Order: sequence, then C-alpha cells, then structure tokens
Amino acid sequence: MPEPSLSATTNATAVDNGDVVAGTQSLVLDLPPVQGTAKVEKSKTKKLGIVGWIAIFWLVAVCAAAILAPVLPIPSPTKNFLSATSEGPSLAHPMGTDSTGQDMFSRVIWGARASLLVSVSSVAFGLLFGGILGLIAGYYRGKLDTIFTNIFNVFLAIPQLVLALALVAVFASDPAVSVGKREFWLIISIGLVSIPIIGRITRASTLSWAQREFVLAGRSMGAKNKRIMSRDVLPNVLPAMFSIALLGIAVVIVLEGGLSILGVGVPPSTPSWGNLIATGRNELTRIVGACPQVILAPSIAIFLTVLSLNYLGDVVRARFDVRESNI
Amino acid sequence: MRAVLVRVVQLFVVLLVVTIFTSFLIDAVPGDVTYTLAPVATPAQREALRHDLHLDRSPVERYGEWVSGLAHGDLGCYYGTSGYSTASSCPDKVADRVKDALPISLELMFYAQLLSLLIAIPFGVLTAYRAGTMFDKTVNTTAFALLAIPNFVLGLVLAYYVGTKLGWVDPTGYVDFGKDPVGHFQQLALPVISLAAGQVAIYMRLLRTDMIATLQEDFVTMARAKGLSPARILWRHALRPSSLTLLTVAGLNVGALIGGAVVIENIFVIHGMGFLIADAIARRQYVALQSYVAILALGYVLVNFLVDILYAILDPRIRHARAIA
Repeated sequence: MPEPSLSATTNATAVDNGDVVAGTQSLVLDLPPVQGTAKVEKSKTKKLGIVGWIAIFWLVAVCAAAILAPVLPIPSPTKNFLSATSEGPSLAHPMGTDSTGQDMFSRVIWGARASLLVSVSSVAFGLLFGGILGLIAGYYRGKLDTIFTNIFNVFLAIPQLVLALALVAVFASDPAVSVGKREFWLIISIGLVSIPIIGRITRASTLSWAQREFVLAGRSMGAKNKRIMSRDVLPNVLPAMFSIALLGIAVVIVLEGGLSILGVGVPPSTPSWGNLIATGRNELTRIVGACPQVILAPSIAIFLTVLSLNYLGDVVRARFDVRESNI
Repeated sequence: MRAVLVRVVQLFVVLLVVTIFTSFLIDAVPGDVTYTLAPVATPAQREALRHDLHLDRSPVERYGEWVSGLAHGDLGCYYGTSGYSTASSCPDKVADRVKDALPISLELMFYAQLLSLLIAIPFGVLTAYRAGTMFDKTVNTTAFALLAIPNFVLGLVLAYYVGTKLGWVDPTGYVDFGKDPVGHFQQLALPVISLAAGQVAIYMRLLRTDMIATLQEDFVTMARAKGLSPARILWRHALRPSSLTLLTVAGLNVGALIGGAVVIENIFVIHGMGFLIADAIARRQYVALQSYVAILALGYVLVNFLVDILYAILDPRIRHARAIA
C-alpha cells in the first residue's frame, strides 16, 4: 500500500488554495490507496503488466490507423479489384478481398474510423449527461435521488438493444436524412441508452464521496454546492467514470455491430466494423464462393479491441475499487 | 406483506412509465405508417385509413385505448389496410403472435441460462477453491477472452462453419419440440451456445469472487475444523451464500435474453420476441410494439421480485433480518 504523502494532494482540486486543499488532504488521510489524480498515471502503470501494455499498444495502433486512414498507403476501401474477388489473404491484400474485390484490410481500417467515432462520441455523450444526473442524484440525495434512480431503473427494464433500435427508428429512420446525419443520430441514440447505466454508477460513486469530511469542511467554509460538486466530488468520481467509459466504448462497438446486423447501424456507404460484418454475412449466405474473411477480419478487429478495452477497464476498476453499489 | 405491496406498486409504476415513454417515442417517429401499409393511395384514401387506424387521434387517446384494451386482456391489433378493427374482428392479433413467439424466446432463454450456469457454477467454485493456481489462471483468461466475443460474431462464425461448411445443422429456422425433439435441440444448439458463451464468463467470474470471500468466513473454518471434506464444504456450505450476486445478474439477464436476443434471433431466423420487436419497429407496428415492450418490462420486474424472494430462501440471514424488521 503506497504511503500517503503530501505530494499526492497536488491534484486538480489543489490548484487554488484554501478550503479545497484542506479537503484533499483529508481525503488522502482517509483513504491511502486512492491518492490524488496526479499520482494516478504512475501507480497505474505499475499494475498494468505486459498484457496491459499490449492492450494499450493495440488501442493506440487502432486509433492511429483510424485517424490516419486517408493518408495511409492502402487502397481505397471502395475500390474494386475485379481481377481479385473473394481472394484469401495475400501480400497485395493482407486480409483478402470481398466478393466485389474490395480490399478487406483497407475496409477494416476505415471501419475503425466509423466504429471508434460512434463509440467514443456516444460514450462521451452518455458520460456527460449520465455523469451530471448521477452526480446530482448522489450529491443531493433525498427526493431528487429517488426520482433519478427510479427513472434509471425504469429504462434499464428495456433491453439496451431494443431501446437503441427504437431510438434509431425515431431519429434516423427517415430516408431523407443524410448519411452524416444518420451517424449523428445513431450516436445520440446510443448515448441516450448509456445514460441510465453511467448515471447509476456515477451516483453510487458520488454517494460514497459526498459523505466524506472534506465535503463537510468545504460546506462549513461556505463553498457553494456547485463548487463542492465540481471541485471536490467530481475529481474523485472520475476514476469510476473512466473505467466505465473504457468498458462502455467496448459495449458500444458491439452494440453498433448488432444494430448493423439489424440494418440500422452506420449506413453501409461508410464502412464500420459492424456493417462490414453485416455485409459479410449477406455475402456468405448469398454469394457462392465468398470467403469467410469478410466476417472474420472485422470480427477479429472487434474482438481484440473489446478485449483490450475490457482489460484496461478492469485494471482501472480494480485500482479504484469501483462498484455499482458502494453503499 | 408490506414489501410485497411496495413491489406491486413499483411494478405498476414501471409498466406505466415504460409504456407511456414508448407511446411518446412512437409518436415521435417521422413518417407515416400508411405509406408502409398502402404505398400507392390517394391522399383521401390515406386520410380514411389514418382515421380507421385511429392515427388521427392524439397520442394520449391512443394510449388510453391501448390501456383499456390491455385491461380487457387484449394486447391490440396489427395495423392492416382493413383498418384498426376491434378485438373481435382483428385479422392479425398481437396476442396470437405473442402466443407463438414467447414460448420460443422462453425456451431460448431457459436453455442459454441452463447451459451457462451448468458450466459456470462448477468452474466458478473450483477456480475459487484453487484460486491463484495455474488452473485458475487458465480458466480466468479463457473466460476473459470469451467476454470479448460479441454473441453475433460467435453466432455468425458458428452458423458458417458448423452450419454451412460442415453441414451438421441447418443454420436457420426453428423446430418445435413436440414435432421433433432431436431436431429441436439441433436447431437451437447454435443460437443457445452463442448466447451462453458470454454469460458463462460473467457468471463464473462473479461466483468466483463471491466464493473466495465466503471461503474466508468463520463458518467455513469451522466446517473445516469439524473435518468436513472440501467437496462438502464447497458445495453444501459455501455455494449457497456465495450465489447471491450470481443470482441477481442471472435474474436481470432473463429480461435481456427474452427481448435482447434480437440479433441472434435474426441471424438464426428464429421468430421469438426479439424478432417480433425488431419487425414491429421496422414496420411501424406501434400498438404491437407497445404490448411487446410492456411484456418485457413486466418480465423484468417480475424476475427481480422472484430474485428477491430467492435471496431470502438462499441466505437465512436475509430472511431473519426481514422478519425482525
């Protein structure tokens, strides 16, 4: 167990002095293992291990490939190599081609772009709103908490995929909606689905932090609720939200895949891992001589990415002992 | 008794909110169902159809209609060109579809739960007992990898290799148990495995964690001191108090499996509840969708209720705490 030290208190909240520093100090004394956020990076890496580094490496590689897709020396994802349709992996096409001769490697890289865009933005959306609602519910407690918690619970009674499906139908089913807009509404729909889940976890984490002495100290020094929430409670709740974000991105990548198979994911004109699997599935069932890499390539990409995110999410969670019901 | 009453009230509140939410969501969907029903029609015909389907009424009125139907045990009617039709003359009753689809979904859910628990419980118990050993690490790593495989990926890969390539089973369709028991299990094997794989990992990890905690408790030391065999301690003494979290999550999954198996049902062309829901959304069959969502929510709340009761049965401490309070 790391020793509590003064240096650990130099986190975001301690930038300005006075009441807030007093708060952070009491935090350190109360809970030695959870130190200020400044120390997080360093102590986290200790527990990462070789697998953790491989996971980080993979995620960085995927993100880099996704961002750099337009400048990478790969063929266009929609270019048809008519002399090489449904070919297995080769030097020219490392992941083979589909039945119309499109290069699978290039499509998977371009797919990462859409998949990551959708998953990261919708989780960010969910974190923003779910986080705020959870923070308010956990901080103020009482009636507000009861109302919010019950709303969360009600929405959790509908399976995620069904809710997402319905929301996509509301927002993006109009054929007049352009491709870019559909992606946007897909993000909003999935983000809305994630709000109750993120909200519940944030609430649980907030509940346990909002009853600590440093919050009381802040209040007795006349700090406003808003200030205590954003300066004292939020920084402590962030690790929980961060681990949920990692796991959430993984969940959304899979959710987008499911929606694509049902035909309402990212529009097929922009490759995403989900719609690659969906089109691959159609090829495998309809076209004679189609090769399995049309589903295997994007599937493996999803698998490795989800695996990495799950692993890192677990590391963060174990580090900060994040649980859904702390109280 | 009071707890039961609170639960019943909760049940109604959840149902009310979920269905009201659904009905407003439905109302917000752009476009007009009459275009799906009758692609070519004059504006006057369309208006008449809208009137027949009660689409020209306000969402509140339509919700009221649906609720009063429900109170009479009528789940509503699929929209058709012949008009809204009353329960007696409905050509395509929602209830009929549910009668066909719900048993299929329940079967799928039951088999998937059974399979995953049958695998997860022994592995969870043994890995907890042998925590930290090579066996524990291997099983845990495998479980972790399983967790990262989306069920539709597993489903598609199984459908392709076992179904299309090897030709062992037909990758699509459903066979009724009464008609052909062997064919029934053959048809459901792949979807059930696809659904169960991820659950096995979740259940096993949950049970392992709780079991490790239980094995530290005094009563386990006591049992050991009495000279009971490890097997007896694990299965008779430690498993029951360790299974609460597992039970909760497995319970919550029941709901998720009934309606949430949409993608797996779609891949294997099984006409269960998930299939009906996706179809109702795509075809804008709102009355039907409303009823399906209500059924799912009802199932979810009921299962939660049952889990609470089971808690008390499994752990005497909870039972007595309640009795005192």
